[in-house]
Amino acid sequence: MAEVERDPVTGREMTGHEWNGIKELDTPVPRGVLIFLIVTHVWAIAWWFFAPTWPLGTTYTKGLLEFDQRTTVEARVIEGQHERAWWTTRLATEPYDAIMADEALMQTVRDAGRQLFGDNCAACHGRDGRGRANYPDLTDEDWLWGGNPELIEETMRVGINTAHPESRIGQMPAFGRDAVLERDQVHNVAAYVYSLTNPDYSTPQNIERIEAGKEVFASTCAACHGENAEGSRDVGAPNLTDSYWVYGGSLDTIISSVHGGRQGHMPTWDERLTTAEIRTLAVYVHDLGTRQP
Amino acid sequence: MLANLTSSERQNAFAIAVLVTLAGVLMAAVGRTDTLGIQGVIVILFAGTISWYIMSSFYAPEPSEDRSASYYDDPIKIGILLSMGWAVFGMFMGVWVAAQLAWPNLAFDSGWSTFGRLRPTHTTGVIFGFGGNALIATSFHVVQRTSRARLAGQVSPWFVLLGYNLFCVLAVTGYLLGITQSKEYAEAEWYADLWLVLVWVTYFVLYIATIARRKEPHIYVANWYFMAFILVVAILHIVNNLAIPVSWGSAKSYTIWPGVQDAMVQWWYGHNAVAFFLTAGFLGMLYYYLPVRAQRPIFSYRLSILSFWGITFFYMWAGSHHLHYTALPHWVQTLGMTFSVMLLVPSWASAGNALLTLNGAWHRVRDDATLRFMMAAAVFYGLSTFEGSFMAIRPVNSLSHYTDWTVGHVHAGALGWVALITFGSLYTLVPSLWKKERMYSAALIEWHFWLAIAGTVIYVFAMWNSGIIQGLMWRTYTEEGVLAYSFLDSLVAMYPYYIARAFGGLLFLIGAVLACYNIWMTVRTVPDIARAADVPVVPSVVPGE
Repeated sequence: MAEVERDPVTGREMTGHEWNGIKELDTPVPRGVLIFLIVTHVWAIAWWFFAPTWPLGTTYTKGLLEFDQRTTVEARVIEGQHERAWWTTRLATEPYDAIMADEALMQTVRDAGRQLFGDNCAACHGRDGRGRANYPDLTDEDWLWGGNPELIEETMRVGINTAHPESRIGQMPAFGRDAVLERDQVHNVAAYVYSLTNPDYSTPQNIERIEAGKEVFASTCAACHGENAEGSRDVGAPNLTDSYWVYGGSLDTIISSVHGGRQGHMPTWDERLTTAEIRTLAVYVHDLGTRQP
Repeated sequence: MLANLTSSERQNAFAIAVLVTLAGVLMAAVGRTDTLGIQGVIVILFAGTISWYIMSSFYAPEPSEDRSASYYDDPIKIGILLSMGWAVFGMFMGVWVAAQLAWPNLAFDSGWSTFGRLRPTHTTGVIFGFGGNALIATSFHVVQRTSRARLAGQVSPWFVLLGYNLFCVLAVTGYLLGITQSKEYAEAEWYADLWLVLVWVTYFVLYIATIARRKEPHIYVANWYFMAFILVVAILHIVNNLAIPVSWGSAKSYTIWPGVQDAMVQWWYGHNAVAFFLTAGFLGMLYYYLPVRAQRPIFSYRLSILSFWGITFFYMWAGSHHLHYTALPHWVQTLGMTFSVMLLVPSWASAGNALLTLNGAWHRVRDDATLRFMMAAAVFYGLSTFEGSFMAIRPVNSLSHYTDWTVGHVHAGALGWVALITFGSLYTLVPSLWKKERMYSAALIEWHFWLAIAGTVIYVFAMWNSGIIQGLMWRTYTEEGVLAYSFLDSLVAMYPYYIARAFGGLLFLIGAVLACYNIWMTVRTVPDIARAADVPVVPSVVPGE
């Protein structure tokens, strides 16, 4: 019988196969590998006995522990609701005055509200609630639809310009594009509005346009924004005499607002969030404004 | 390249190229109101160029010598160059999308440059473009050498290689146009999928036919893995892509699989794409180039057997671990988890077999960066297969799922294993294939090695950190029973890690660019060498030529 070839380095036997110079040793599978193989298989097969694993026609082996992710998660959800009940029940039912008077409860509102705000509101209004271009700042004292907790709750519940049957409707028409106003009228009324917050603009050479714009304002804009341009919270018409602007207060921006109109959108949270969550956020948002200078 | 084809083979090649061009014309015509039309134009350009090339040297002299006395290396050479081209493209896209995650404004004001469209160009570019071309090229090389037989076709290897690249081009350009099936790693739409079926079946037949004409009594381990890779990828691709197009003139289709079954089929595909494309195929590479470079025999034939059958059997069951804690029934999840754990030892057996093969050659690992690439690849393979089995355990998965930990795990495998074994193999293969005495620059290989290792380590550590932080932030509750952090909080916490990740990826990309330069200069400038007969022995035995 021919001598089996051995590897000169390790002294192990070769299989005798060779492919383009590649040879193989006939090393047995190391004992450690086999033990580890057995351990992993024992672990896995044990699971088959404890957990649902093998299909049997229309059913499956339930496992000795008889657990199922669906029942587990349902139980956990109920458990979680139970743990939170001590404050969510109060948030859902108590009047806002009582909630805001309770400093301990307010701390809970700030913690829970911060996370709720981050996951639901921050994408538009910013993580700090200060808004950004085209999205209102929620920390200032200027409110389109009112800033007490009851009104914030209502705005959250029905949304603005949504499909909700009770949705708040706030439409600034496109006076220029839809030819309600002439081109000059658009420019004049914008000049008037701009002059309300920029007294320096009322120079002798502008005064004529501003006066003309004032007349346009009285006939066209005052219905919503009020005769003195201080806005109306019933229709979400902003106060045009303060320094807070959603879309910007430069002359150019005001011209484009008058020309093309504005239709903001705030989703309805009615179905997405619970009453307790909406009311938590209402208090949280209200609190943001009152706590900041 | 055409010089090695006979006149009738050139006719066949030309006929195929013209047919594909006509198919492109058809696509452009019926899809003229759809993005399908643009894809048709791309087919026309691709196949038209090839038709023109064949025409231009149609009457060049025919091969005079007996071709069966030599290996068929032309498609391998082109495959290597294509692979490196795709590597640079795919890794560049990777760096770009990584940078977009840190700085979202790094996009043009246009749909094609958004994250959602660029990301699949990265994954397809590196997995299918770089990895796939490297697999086709090396499998053609390995099967010939270990069978001592020339490839069983003259035109079909070109059909496989170029047809496959047409698929990749259609896929990537399609994503930029907004065409996608929305299935991860299977984004390409129905017409590209049908084309790939044709290409892939040809690949399988060619491979089996070449094995069948082998002059060795045994089939080498590398070929087991390559065959498993080709066969299973065909099955996965066909089943997962069963879909019905909206119309013949539309690029859009809908899968035939409903709901959670679609999810299960998708991840059966997705996980086994990892198993048979990114693991089995590259193990085929490892099993040939590592022992050749180390000049050592494989440590254990028996371990090879255990590992091969373990991997091919257990991987098939493991896909459902991608769907833990979803609508997928619990029992399917348990099966996926337990089979993933049973898969661990067979996977490690391959890594161990590779590393133990280096016994007696560790001085070479120290001195030779090419061999060190392959050693490091085996280490990363072992690490990422352990990590994979670990993450498949449901409670672990509840922390890791949907986080960057998954991304880190994938890249430990993709950069550390797949790319490193490919670079090591190509640095071994290129001088031998072009019959050069060495690579152009050993120093550049050394640089590439350390850039690749640094890039991988930075990437993977950044993603481990960010992934575990994400997972913990998403599950931390306050005393009131509400989540302590919003999702946005977790994004803010990711920012430094996203920068680190982009930097790691950039290092890896620079390494790949060095490799391209080194390979190009090797082909162009390094002196030729007369190598010991790299030809099939006893050529007269080859039948049918």
